[in-house]
Amino acid sequence: MSGAQTAISPGIPGADATIMALGAASLVGAVFALSAAGSPGMASPVLAAALVSWLAACWLNARLSAWKIADGSRARLRDFAVAAIFGLYILFLWEVAVAVFGIPFVLLPPPSAIGARIMGSLPILAADFNQTVLKAVLIGFVGGSGAGFLVAVIADRYRFLSNALLPIGNLVSALPIIGIAPIMVIWFGFDWQSKAAVVMVMTFFPMLVNTLAGLKAAGRHELDLMQTYAGSHRQTLGKLRLPAAMPFVFNALKINSTLAMIGAIVAEFFGTPVVGMGFRISTEVGRMNLDMVWAEIAVAALTGSVFYGVLALIERKVTFWHPSYRRG
Amino acid sequence: MNGGFVKDRLLPVGSAMLVLVMAWYVAAYFMNAPFQRDQNERSNVSPGAWEFVGQTMYQPKPTVPAPHQVAENLWKNTFTVKVTSRRSLVYHAGVTLSSTLLGFAMGTFLGVLIAVGIVYMPVLEKSFLPWIIASQTIPMLAVAPMIIVILAAINVTGLLPKAMISTYLSFFPVAVGMVKGLRSPEVMHLDLTRTWNASGMQTFFKLRLPASVPFFFTSIKVAIAASLVGAIVGELPTGAVAGIGSKLLAGSYYSQTIDIWAALIAGSVVAALLVFSVGLVERLVRTAMGARA
Repeated sequence: MSGAQTAISPGIPGADATIMALGAASLVGAVFALSAAGSPGMASPVLAAALVSWLAACWLNARLSAWKIADGSRARLRDFAVAAIFGLYILFLWEVAVAVFGIPFVLLPPPSAIGARIMGSLPILAADFNQTVLKAVLIGFVGGSGAGFLVAVIADRYRFLSNALLPIGNLVSALPIIGIAPIMVIWFGFDWQSKAAVVMVMTFFPMLVNTLAGLKAAGRHELDLMQTYAGSHRQTLGKLRLPAAMPFVFNALKINSTLAMIGAIVAEFFGTPVVGMGFRISTEVGRMNLDMVWAEIAVAALTGSVFYGVLALIERKVTFWHPSYRRG
Repeated sequence: MNGGFVKDRLLPVGSAMLVLVMAWYVAAYFMNAPFQRDQNERSNVSPGAWEFVGQTMYQPKPTVPAPHQVAENLWKNTFTVKVTSRRSLVYHAGVTLSSTLLGFAMGTFLGVLIAVGIVYMPVLEKSFLPWIIASQTIPMLAVAPMIIVILAAINVTGLLPKAMISTYLSFFPVAVGMVKGLRSPEVMHLDLTRTWNASGMQTFFKLRLPASVPFFFTSIKVAIAASLVGAIVGELPTGAVAGIGSKLLAGSYYSQTIDIWAALIAGSVVAALLVFSVGLVERLVRTAMGARA
């Protein structure tokens, strides 16, 4: 980006000055609050500074989000900034609150301590990530979603089968499938295979139900057109109905990305080798090492967000024709 | 719908259920057979083929319990023991149900509150909504044991911690659905309220809120199922005191597979009943609001 573009052009006269002033005020307040937070006897000035800083940031955000920006990419940058400011302030208020109110470490460690713990135990976190995400989650996710998709495509061919599977699938999607975790541990042992099996079962039904619904989403006109062209079942499926089902498929994939993480981690509560995110969380909670627990949660959160983000990106590429991605 | 209820619903679903139960029996035979064979060799008995099949169906701790074993366990623990007894599944289901409903009520309230805030305040949408969405991509349930422990440390125990996990899981679908629902009135209708000089309150209660009702019910169906999952997982770290989740955990500690399956089915029945009753309320409300049947 060139220099002229990065400078925020004032849409409203004086907007720049106000935003700058608010940003500076919130920054100064935050720096003061953070630097003095630990020292004794400073509780009320620190709280006051944090409050001022927070209010300034709130106002800044209100100001920013009320700003009409015509340019799409710059509006996105603004949206990102507003969200980022909000997120940073959650962390900031958390840090200050822990220091000022003397919240015990075992209850709620400050974000700085969690960050330090993440940096300090990268090998353990990497091993847990490898065990839980790369083995259980990915294999289960691909297996469950793939099987759900295939069964849906086959069931769609036979009215009887789809009539049978749709209500059952809808019911099972509402059931607490996570409860099969102990059964899977008995069947497949303590290692990642049992977790992948749980994830597979959890992700199968949302995919089945969504794909079945998606295959019915192709328009009447387009279907008639395919018939006019004498398109075979396979051609209609490949060229019209499957592409039309893609928004539904991606909806299921997004739901499944969250379910897969939950399934793998919770399944580890029921028995696991001495590695894995769920194992680490449950043992470190027992030993009151809350910073390690939070570190694992941060890794899980990051993984989940990246997982979701990647899926959203692929969706945008695959279903570029969908109204929600078209500009106009 | 042509074809009718029997042809399009009862027959396909019924036969699928039949196939499932049969597959379950077959699976029970093959999964339990190796252990039974081993047992028979040790005690030097060689039963006939049919007798052997019978043995695999009546193991005390089978790998896969046969359907009738689970049904028997369910029957015994539901109808023959007193409801207040700790062996009763009704008792455990009741414990889970109470925290599910409390969490669901709190989650629905919170979700509607957030949705109203987001619809009326643009700053909240821009700064808050991205984080709510991000918060759902992280495995909430992973936080569950920690929340229970933290709350226990500040003397909050019993129903509330479990309910809070349910709240955590159920507010999101409600918030997202209600934002959509409250925004669903057409511009024409919104203009009309302005023409009639309706106040903000009147627009909200007479137009936006009624318009959001279908969205509301769709999202609370998801939310109540999520609440139940939250309540079950919330029972895991409490040291297996009471509830469906604790039955699962106790069953897995002592390899009481029949108990696990029975608890699982009890949980599923509770889930089905919850979703069904939401559907029932939905139909009543929509009829009362004048929807066509």
